[in-house]
Amino acid sequence: MSLEKTHPKEVKQILSKYPPEQKRSAVMPLLYLVQREEGYVNKAAMQDIAQMLDITETEVASIVGFYTLYHDEKAGKYRMQVCTDLPCALRGADEFLNNLCGNLGIKVGETTADGLVTLEGVMCLAACDKAPMFQTQGPDGIKYHENMTVDRTLELIEALKQADREVK
Amino acid sequence: MAHVLLRHRDIPDINKLDVYKKNGGIDAFKKSVTKMQPNEVTDVVKNSGLRGRGGAGFPTGMKWSFIDNKNWPHYVVANADESEPGTFKDREIMESNPFQFLEGLAIASYAVGATAAYVYLRGEFWQVAAFLDEKIAEMEKAGYLGDNLFGTEYSLKIFTHLGAGAYICGEETALLESIEGKRGQPRVRPPFPPSFGLYGKPTIINNVETFTNVPPIITNGADWYKSMGTADSAGVKLFSLSGRVRRPGNYELPFGKTFRELIYECGGGVQEGRPVKAIMPAGASSSLIVVDDKVLDTPMDYATVRTLGADLGSASVIVIDDTVSVDWIINKTIHFFKHESCGKCTPCREGNYWMQTITHRIHSGEGKQEVVDLLLYVAKQMQGICLCALGEFATMAVVTGIERFPQDFKKVVKA
Repeated sequence: MSLEKTHPKEVKQILSKYPPEQKRSAVMPLLYLVQREEGYVNKAAMQDIAQMLDITETEVASIVGFYTLYHDEKAGKYRMQVCTDLPCALRGADEFLNNLCGNLGIKVGETTADGLVTLEGVMCLAACDKAPMFQTQGPDGIKYHENMTVDRTLELIEALKQADREVK
Repeated sequence: MAHVLLRHRDIPDINKLDVYKKNGGIDAFKKSVTKMQPNEVTDVVKNSGLRGRGGAGFPTGMKWSFIDNKNWPHYVVANADESEPGTFKDREIMESNPFQFLEGLAIASYAVGATAAYVYLRGEFWQVAAFLDEKIAEMEKAGYLGDNLFGTEYSLKIFTHLGAGAYICGEETALLESIEGKRGQPRVRPPFPPSFGLYGKPTIINNVETFTNVPPIITNGADWYKSMGTADSAGVKLFSLSGRVRRPGNYELPFGKTFRELIYECGGGVQEGRPVKAIMPAGASSSLIVVDDKVLDTPMDYATVRTLGADLGSASVIVIDDTVSVDWIINKTIHFFKHESCGKCTPCREGNYWMQTITHRIHSGEGKQEVVDLLLYVAKQMQGICLCALGEFATMAVVTGIERFPQDFKKVVKA
C-alpha cells in the first residue's frame, strides 16, 4: 500500500520541509519512514516513493545503494554497528568486536540464530572519546551505546530479547 | 575562564529555552534583526576574524559577503555531518547548547537574507535531529522563528535534514546534492555555493561550531573576540582529543595553546605514562607529525601548525603512543577512505582501491620495500588531481607516514 495512505501525516510533514517544486528532496526522509517498518526497503516501496516524487525507480534505488544506512535486504531486527576506525581502535574497539563475536558465536556480517541482532562493522560515528561504542539501528530508530564492555553489550542484547518477547 | 561555546559546562540547563534566554540568549538575534542592517552583521563577523571551523579555516564574514544578491531566494545550511574520524565536537554543541547554535544560524540567515535554513545532520545523529526539532519548535512557539520576527518584516524557518551514512556529504557541494535528494557526490567548482548552491540558488554553508561563535560575537563585538587567540587565528576553538590519552573529550581553548597543554593538562597525559610518538591534528585526513619537545610546545593555530607540515583542520587531535606502528595506522585510515570514496572521480576511486590493496599487503607482512615505494608512488599520483578534498585527505597519512616513519615500514617488510 502507498505511504501516502499508510502514513499521511508523516508524509505531509516531510514534504512541507522543502519547496513544492523540489519534492525530490523528500526521498531520504521517506526512505527512513519505509525502513522503520520492515528494517529494509523493498522494491514496491521504491516504486511507491518514485511515483510520489516524480523520479525514476532507478534514482530511488541509487540512493538506497549509495548511503550505508539504507538496506535493501532483510537482516536481524537490530543492526548492531560497531565502530573500529582509528580513534576507536586506539581504545580497544577491535578487541571488543572480536570478543563480542566470540560470545555471540557469529562473525561480523552475520545474524544471531533468533534473528534479533546482526553484527556489523561501520565507519566513524563521532564518539571517539567514548570507545568502544556502537549504534543500534532498529524499529525505534538509531541509538548510541558508548563506553561499552562485552558484558554490558550482552546485557543490552538480553534486554532487547526480553522486549521483543513482550511485544510478541 | 567561562566557556564561550561549551556554555552548558558552566550553566547546566542552558538547553532549556528559558534558561538560555535568562543568560543573554536570543539578544544577539534580536539586536541583529531590529537594530542592524544585514551587511552590518556581516561586517562585525568579518572584523572578528572568525574562520570556518569545519576544517578549511576560510574567513566566515568574507564568505557571507560573497552571497549573490542578484539571484533569489537565498539559503543558509549548517553542516552537521561531522564524520571525520576523531571529530565529535558538533554533536556536543547540538546536544547540550543547541540554542546558541540555532541562534547563530538564524543570525547568519538574516545577514544574507535567507528565509529558510537547513541543518544537515549525518544520519547516525537521528536522536540529535529529533532533539533539535523539539528545540526549533520551542523557538517557533516563543516567536524567535517564524513570520515577522520581533515585529519586523523578517521571517525565518529552520529545518533539519538527515543524511544516511556518507562521509563525503561533509563536502559542501555533496551535502547540497544530498539535500536535493541525490547521491552525495561533489559538484565541479566553480561555481561556488554563494552564487550556485542549494537548488541552484545562492547558499552559505558553515560548520555547526562556526555558527555557535556568532551570537557572542554580535553581543560582545569583534574586538572582544579578537582579544582571544592569536593574530592569525582569532577566538576560541573546540579541540576533540582522542587516542591514547587518559581523558579524551572536547576541550575549549583559545587558539595559541600548545599541544602539551592540550594533551597533558586537559587530557591528563598518555595512558601508562608512555611517550607521544605521533599526532594527527586534523583527524584521519591529517598528516602525521613526528613528536618531540619542540612539537609539544608548538602553539595550536592555523599558521603555526602548518610549520610542522600539517594542518590544524577541525582540530581533532588523535594522540598516538610508542606502542603503535604507523603501518597499522595507515591500514586503518585507508580502510576508511576506500569505503567513503564516492566513486565520482577516477583518481580517488581507483587510487584508494590500490592504496588499500597495497597497504594490506604491507601490513600483513607480505610486502617488500619496493611495495612501500609503490604505495608512496600511487598516493603521490593522486595528489592535486582529485575532484574534491577527500582524495587528497586519503593520501596525507600514507605519504607522511612513509616519509616520516620509515623505520616502522622497514620492520614489517620482507627482506
